[in-house]
Amino acid sequence: MNAEMSTIRHTAAPRRQHTLGQLAADGLHYLALILLALVMLIPFAWMLSTSLKPTEYILRATPQFIPDPLTLDSYTGLLDLMPVDRMFFNSTLVAVIGTAGQILVGAMAAYAFARLHWPGRDRVFALYLITMMVPRQVTLIPLFVLIRELGWVNSYQGLILPGLFGAFGVFLLRQSFLTLPRDLEEAAFIDGANHLTIFWRIVLPLSKPALATLAVLSFMEYWNAYLWPLFVARQDAFMTLPVGLAKLQGGPRALTQWNMVMAGAVITVLPILIVYLFAQKWFIRSVTLSGIKG
Amino acid sequence: MAGNRGIQKWGWVLCFLAPSLAGLLVFVLGPLVYSLRLTFYEWNLLSAPVYVGLDNFVNLYHDADFWLAFRHTLTFIVFYIPAVLILALGTALLLNRPLRGMPFFRAAVFVPVVSSWVVVALMWKWIFNPRYGLLNWLLAQVGITGPAWLFDPDTALYAIIIASVWKDIGFVTVMFLGGLQGISESYYEAARIDGATSLGRLRFITLPLLTPTTFFALIISLINSFQIFEQVWLMPESFASRGTTVVVEQIVNHAFRYNQMGYAATMSWVLFAVIFAITIVQLRLQKRWVHYDL
Repeated sequence: MNAEMSTIRHTAAPRRQHTLGQLAADGLHYLALILLALVMLIPFAWMLSTSLKPTEYILRATPQFIPDPLTLDSYTGLLDLMPVDRMFFNSTLVAVIGTAGQILVGAMAAYAFARLHWPGRDRVFALYLITMMVPRQVTLIPLFVLIRELGWVNSYQGLILPGLFGAFGVFLLRQSFLTLPRDLEEAAFIDGANHLTIFWRIVLPLSKPALATLAVLSFMEYWNAYLWPLFVARQDAFMTLPVGLAKLQGGPRALTQWNMVMAGAVITVLPILIVYLFAQKWFIRSVTLSGIKG
Repeated sequence: MAGNRGIQKWGWVLCFLAPSLAGLLVFVLGPLVYSLRLTFYEWNLLSAPVYVGLDNFVNLYHDADFWLAFRHTLTFIVFYIPAVLILALGTALLLNRPLRGMPFFRAAVFVPVVSSWVVVALMWKWIFNPRYGLLNWLLAQVGITGPAWLFDPDTALYAIIIASVWKDIGFVTVMFLGGLQGISESYYEAARIDGATSLGRLRFITLPLLTPTTFFALIISLINSFQIFEQVWLMPESFASRGTTVVVEQIVNHAFRYNQMGYAATMSWVLFAVIFAITIVQLRLQKRWVHYDL
């Protein structure tokens, strides 16, 4: 905010003489911004528009932007074709439990690395860091073999557990826990608190930004995941939204009814967009950080 | 007394670390070691694995499809990386001014980033539809007959590149915005006193001081380019997919269509090696063009 204020002051002052030029420059700037927003948002608008049209209005040489007549037929049609409600439930369950699990397990480990002293600690943490460098494709095949041996193909634990133990969450939370002052827990120890109380009552409440960042990142990864659920969720009963949606464009259920495919896309993307609108800051922070883990 | 406290200390470490460490061993480190072992075996999941020495690597070397996949990745990189870096830099410069309505434009640019690749792939598949798609209609308005895009093995990869650039602009833009905000205002003030034009300021201050961000964005984008999957798996029509196949798609095909677990694991390790090598080379070259100060 401070930086922004100073930019205004410095750019505005010397240019006051030629305000007309400034106005033209601002106009051009807005024009570029509007063009940018159109390029980013029109594909979504087109998806929504297509999903609200009757089938016979889809394949037209001249596209119709505002659906007329407007209908929800493609949504009800999609519900008849595949158990969208079940898929929605699966996606939500997997994302919510996966996120909660990753935060809890990650925060506990981060506490052990940041607030406890024990021999070998840094070596074990280095091991965590090394696993962050490995692309997920490398463990994909053995993981599938493992899940298959355990009989977890078509199961919620098969969908959730393999993504739960990534080192990135531990790394992120450890960084945050390290910044908390030592005195906090020393005072608590004198009052007779143990590590569990300190973890739950002091460290976690003071690390809300890091926890929120990890929560958003984890939720987004579980909700949008495709490659892993593609192999684990073979039956409709365990399918998540992206897996079911992708089935509409390939395989025996392939559709040329684009209004239905787009209806499925709207149902898949809408929840994450709503969460995004309310938690923009955390999304931007978490996506930026996720770059680190490659 | 001391021993008692020691036991107690290890008890706490165990209590906090055990869930994470056990999960890491079973779902990350175990599969990692097992994956490396698999590269020396031939295994179809049904009969017992057969030790084949380095056969998988030799076969991979003579596998025309594998080299084809690498060529496609190279083509992807040649077009995608410059496009996404330049467009994201332009977008970041546009968004880095405190104008009214800026939060809306920033939010718009980031919407594709939080959306599932499955949604984005299907949305663009519909836009790229040669006859009824939005893009070829737009091209027709300015007198251009659009290509068959995803129906043609020669153009399908370019359609995939366009969709990928569109999805990732927001991601790279956020990195550049962070970089821009890190440049001290004092450089610009000095330049203004010296009478530098805005283009001069961009050329001699902004761009040099953005090189660390550019370098980071370049590495992340390169690593991601080798790992693309969803868009390549879902977008092209099946008869056009010979023109687009990439390494991860090959891994998935060999593992889950042809049941060649050892061969697929070998591919994933070669992919890992390539990514690792690129990162090392980039880190070496960094010294030649990255400025941390003017």
